[in-house]
Amino acid sequence: MSKESIVTVSIDGKMVSVAAGATLLDACRQAGVDTPTLCYADNLTAANACRVCVVEVEGSRTLVPSCSRSAEDAMVVQTDSERVRHSRKMVLEFLGSGVDLSQADDLAGWIDYYGSEPDRYGPDRAMIKEEVRIQDSLYIRDYDKCVLCYKCVSACGEDAQHSFAIAVAGRGFDARIRTEFDVRLPDSACVYCGNCVAVCPTNALQFKTEFDLRKMGEWKPTEQAVTRTVCSYCGVGCNLEVHVQDDTIVKVTSPDDHDVTSGHLCIKGRFGWSYVQPGQSAAEEGD
Amino acid sequence: MSYKEIEEVDVILLWGSNAREAHPIFFHHLMSGLDNGARMYAVDPRRTSSATFADVWLGLNLGSDIAMSNTVAREIIHQGLVNQNFIDHSTTGFDTYAESVEPFTLEVGAELTGVPAEAIAEMARAYATADKAQILWTLGITEHHNGVDNVFALCNLALLTGHVGRWGSGLVPLRGQNNVQGGGDMGALPNKFPGFQNITDPAAQAKFRTAYGVDLPDEDGLHLTLMFEAMDRGEITSAYVIGENPADSEADIEFARATLRGLDTLVVQDIFMTRTAELADVVLPASVGWVESDGTVTSSERRVQRVRAAVSPPGEAKHDQDIIGELARRLGYDWGRPDSIELWDELRSLSPLHAGMSYQRLDAKGLQWPCPSLEHPGTPFLHSWLWDDDLGGHPPAPFTVVEAAGPKEELSVEFPMRLTTGRALDSFNTGVQSGGFDSPIRYGDALDINPADAASLDLLDGERVLVSSARGSVEMPIRFQPEIPRGLTFTTFHFPEFVDINVLTSDAWDKKSGTAEFKAASIRIDKIEAPAAENHSEVDHHG
Repeated sequence: MSKESIVTVSIDGKMVSVAAGATLLDACRQAGVDTPTLCYADNLTAANACRVCVVEVEGSRTLVPSCSRSAEDAMVVQTDSERVRHSRKMVLEFLGSGVDLSQADDLAGWIDYYGSEPDRYGPDRAMIKEEVRIQDSLYIRDYDKCVLCYKCVSACGEDAQHSFAIAVAGRGFDARIRTEFDVRLPDSACVYCGNCVAVCPTNALQFKTEFDLRKMGEWKPTEQAVTRTVCSYCGVGCNLEVHVQDDTIVKVTSPDDHDVTSGHLCIKGRFGWSYVQPGQSAAEEGD
Repeated sequence: MSYKEIEEVDVILLWGSNAREAHPIFFHHLMSGLDNGARMYAVDPRRTSSATFADVWLGLNLGSDIAMSNTVAREIIHQGLVNQNFIDHSTTGFDTYAESVEPFTLEVGAELTGVPAEAIAEMARAYATADKAQILWTLGITEHHNGVDNVFALCNLALLTGHVGRWGSGLVPLRGQNNVQGGGDMGALPNKFPGFQNITDPAAQAKFRTAYGVDLPDEDGLHLTLMFEAMDRGEITSAYVIGENPADSEADIEFARATLRGLDTLVVQDIFMTRTAELADVVLPASVGWVESDGTVTSSERRVQRVRAAVSPPGEAKHDQDIIGELARRLGYDWGRPDSIELWDELRSLSPLHAGMSYQRLDAKGLQWPCPSLEHPGTPFLHSWLWDDDLGGHPPAPFTVVEAAGPKEELSVEFPMRLTTGRALDSFNTGVQSGGFDSPIRYGDALDINPADAASLDLLDGERVLVSSARGSVEMPIRFQPEIPRGLTFTTFHFPEFVDINVLTSDAWDKKSGTAEFKAASIRIDKIEAPAAENHSEVDHHG
């Protein structure tokens, strides 16, 4: 690699070199600095929506989102300054005050770490209260948990599926991810690839199998084994991660770092496995 | 080829493939190519969901693919856009080929294909002048009585322009089943040993005879279509069917079923009680390959990847390898109980293409064959030797003159419409696997028809009709599909328990490949006259 294609930045006092074009998040990772993210995913274009990954760059008036800001030579970055901690704390607190983050597993530790207290806004604070939308037996939409991170929109649109079945509609507190004219999912452009579910960071989008098991109190992630294998349908060779609980498949995903899928699947790979265990899946036992 | 290549390509000819539905994740790579600026031409009788992503859809008459490719070739030649250096260095037979396509002027091509001359000319120019271009196809090319000729016709275009054997430029047949490539790799072909070594090659004969310790047949066996003919003649009296459902999937299905019923012994090894298993004398319940057993499969980009057991097989189901081993033991050959690694290592010792693929190396991402040694990185695309000074010791690639024959079955007064079959996004083959989940987007067993054709037959959307070919009749509902050209109908083959569609499909097949002409049958649609009382509301609706 030539000299021009490398930039060196300081992350919390540690010098790291990354390829030109890399982001500050990449540099943080290289420096071994863990960074909270919500709307960012390695297999999607950064949406720049949530601001939970902000860092302080010397000479910059505002904090910058590390997921999107390119690293520049000689940048001096602080990831744990008072300003950064305060900002991250408030972002998590505001998000948590309006929506239910109880199943946002990756955030729980950060909420603790920054001491966010969403409850301090009192019981009368505005919360999203909508009925869980169950319109088919493949996945559900629980808007109470949606933080409008746009990941599902990107996965449905130009980052993967190119179906463009959903977008953000409405403004302010009434903004929601919607199908066209809010039609039922089976009547929309959705092709049920489930890529939106796979990227959702808060479980607002949830596979029906998981939803049913949770309802029965039977969802036990710590008892689940994940095995990597290859899809049984067409010849593309998508790798699947089969999540198994009690010798039963409860969920299928694909690794983000897999060259063939980048974590994205089609309806057959994502949902077409029930033939392996006829009559056993939670979806069939549920309501 | 590697899937990544299409993300960097300039021109895509998607020919007889509905990858958006049949190979959805490959289509993600293709869409990245489009996002990066590639221009796509979709050549298909139907305006498929894939074709809606194309810059130009060339809706050719069913089975006029060779007329199309010959016209494209003539246009490239006459516009002076051939890659002369490549032709001179790497090919033979150009002059004869050029002469053979000479009659296919744009006007003749437009007449034969039904596609406007300007569109054909534009595709020819775009393909020939692109830096990197790919032709992709699937069963829309191969499931014809002249499927092999169709493939040759596309290869000719690549040879004409040098769009082969380079990163980004190539000929891409997409594989339809998760291990159809691997089946070939392992020698599940009538004329090959594992690793595509010829059965008739004495050196290969000797190698496998020594390794297996038994005498082996030294002439080619029969492919599936010939097997059925041999069964029909009484030359094959027993069959052992593993993981295949020919009693639903064969073209001209009544013939196939009668033939299977006529066998002395039929053994079926499957994970389901399929229609074929129902005809069997013995059914051997097997485990599910991809999630109850360990092993490998080979994908469309020749990538060998590991499958791993994640759940236990139900009841008495056993792994395929254990069933076969147990059968062998009872036939007097005790192979012990080799595990998947031992079986794979035996394959590696016999197939140079796979020799470098240890399980350890396959573990993370798999490897693309040929991979002859443990140091070899695998091969991202084939035929790069075409660009070597000495052609890597190969003879030059020949142009192949092909006849522009249409479908075997012509249209007639009795059967005036075309039927073609294919896949839908949420379903797979005879539906034994995909029928197991509740898809919200499954519309089922409908016959797609242009509303104008339906109107001329006095039919309503959703009406049940009688569809007949020279081989039989089935009842099924129709579905109005404005995108399908007049005279053409389409349905999937995923619901044989509801609509026995292969009762209708053509019994013509390609003598070179053994593949039946699933893609082109001639049919008639008749209104089913319901009893007057029940029909009342429809009559009103009509009025």
